[in-house]
Amino acid sequence: MDIIVCIKRVPEVAEIDLQVDQTGKGIKTEGLVFCVNDWDNYAIEEAVRIKEKHGGTVTAITVGSEESEDVLRRALALGADEAVMITDQKTEGSDAYATAKILAAAIKNIPYTIILAGALADDDGYAQVGASLAELLGIPHATLVTNMEIGEKRVKVRRELEGGLEEALDVETPAVFTIQSGINEPRYVSIMGIRRVAKKEIKKLDLGAMGLAPDQVGTTGSFIVVERIFTPPVGEGAQLLQGSPDEVATKVTDIFQKGGVI
Amino acid sequence: MAEIMVLMEHRQGEMRDINLEMLSKGQELAEKTKAELTAVLLGKGVASMADNIKRFCHHTLICEDERLAQFNSDPYQDVLSFMIKERKPALVLIGQTACGMDLAPALATSAGIPLATDCYQIEVKGDTVLPFRQMYGGKMSAEVHFAKKAPCYMITVRVGSFPSEGLREINGAVEKVAFTFDKDYAYKKFLQYVEAAVGGVDITQADVLVSVGRGIGDPENLPMVEELASLLGGVVSCSRPVADKNWLPKERQVGTSGKTVKPKLYIALGISGAFQHTAGMKGATTIIAVNKDPKAPIFNVAHYGIVDDLLKVVPGLVAKVKERKGA
Repeated sequence: MDIIVCIKRVPEVAEIDLQVDQTGKGIKTEGLVFCVNDWDNYAIEEAVRIKEKHGGTVTAITVGSEESEDVLRRALALGADEAVMITDQKTEGSDAYATAKILAAAIKNIPYTIILAGALADDDGYAQVGASLAELLGIPHATLVTNMEIGEKRVKVRRELEGGLEEALDVETPAVFTIQSGINEPRYVSIMGIRRVAKKEIKKLDLGAMGLAPDQVGTTGSFIVVERIFTPPVGEGAQLLQGSPDEVATKVTDIFQKGGVI
Repeated sequence: MAEIMVLMEHRQGEMRDINLEMLSKGQELAEKTKAELTAVLLGKGVASMADNIKRFCHHTLICEDERLAQFNSDPYQDVLSFMIKERKPALVLIGQTACGMDLAPALATSAGIPLATDCYQIEVKGDTVLPFRQMYGGKMSAEVHFAKKAPCYMITVRVGSFPSEGLREINGAVEKVAFTFDKDYAYKKFLQYVEAAVGGVDITQADVLVSVGRGIGDPENLPMVEELASLLGGVVSCSRPVADKNWLPKERQVGTSGKTVKPKLYIALGISGAFQHTAGMKGATTIIAVNKDPKAPIFNVAHYGIVDDLLKVVPGLVAKVKERKGA
């Protein structure tokens, strides 16, 4: 089974103090560490597991700057066979819809049975590309997938619903599945592993190669644009407990006592 | 007259909370734009559910068919595409839920409708609709614009963003919509619901929850948290990343895809406070948050905050509680 995995390079933001950049439409990226989007990492792992069990190939594909090479190398180290980088300045500012159009154009020339993508990306959080891509390719999709069982021309999946409930679906291939975090335990990628794939070819595509006109992508080809970003307003917020560790522990213990838990 | 169309969501015979939240926002937007509010209810044997919806809308459209008995994005998409074509709403609201996330992107793409997903606020200025959403795991908010004028826009609405009280009584008409399906959707079949495995601990019943997030760093750090929880007569729960890594079982996960809890005391240790998490715990009587990042959104819902590393705070707290209990 040939599998395409759509991945994205995103900044790590946990426990990082983010600042709005000069344009007011983005964040300052200096000093930030970039990595593969967490959900996409689960998607790569799932693809590699399916390949290991059922055979076939895994192709990792991304839309982004030249720097995206690092997430593709990582995917190759994890077990992907091919890597495709769509890099073209004109794609900058693409929303989820435009990104889906770009991926659809590239994927037309790659054989596949299933396409996996992260359920959402950590940076813009649209959770939109996978299902839009399926629609553009004219194939079925299932989002928020937490389990996959590969069958003959069909895949049984579980989707995460709310409150701990899941639903089981039976989907005909070819199809797009967007992967929810926690579906598997992604393997560790060592520096040695990445070095081993350092010379592997990464296929580069620009708009011309895919037959896309510049006005179909970027902000002109998008339905929505980010007008401004800002730090979320803080409500009343928490009363901060300050002082030495011992003083803080005393204050918290007082709250426990007042609340009747000790 | 312009129309705002809102998709009603239901599962296993129950209406979802998001419906009234969307209708409440829908009423406000309808009033501001002099539009009519239309609810759409798709399913099989769902007519009785319309009673509580029609009170708040000008129109309630019902379409019933075997193929709509369980949510399936494909027949939903076909019926909604038809209704949108017929009625030409100016705005379509769908929940940013497991259903909405499966449906809205494909529906919008096929119908050529501009879509803004996961919005927590919708404003109207003149005839412009301004959606607000969050980025970077809730660390930034964004005002997004629809880039081009379009006859219809679609917005998916974040759960819990709008109040579900104070809805105005409109008592509009209920209308049955006939739709002829031309396929049986064998390519995407609903099989069954799967309930989460029931384990030993029910976190929804606990008075005290000591909850851990990514900040725990390593499962080896869990015992000290377990100790604090047991000293307080509580149990340990967690946020999504901890359950994803299998450091704690899924049944301990608090949030939209896990459990909704309302303990007397909730201690959030190293939890950033993404909305998916806070939606499941903001009803706790007292919330104490410990996080290294002073800007972590968890401090917006917590009553008390400690900006520090949980690995430093917890041992001191364990010692202090032991001392106090011994005294």
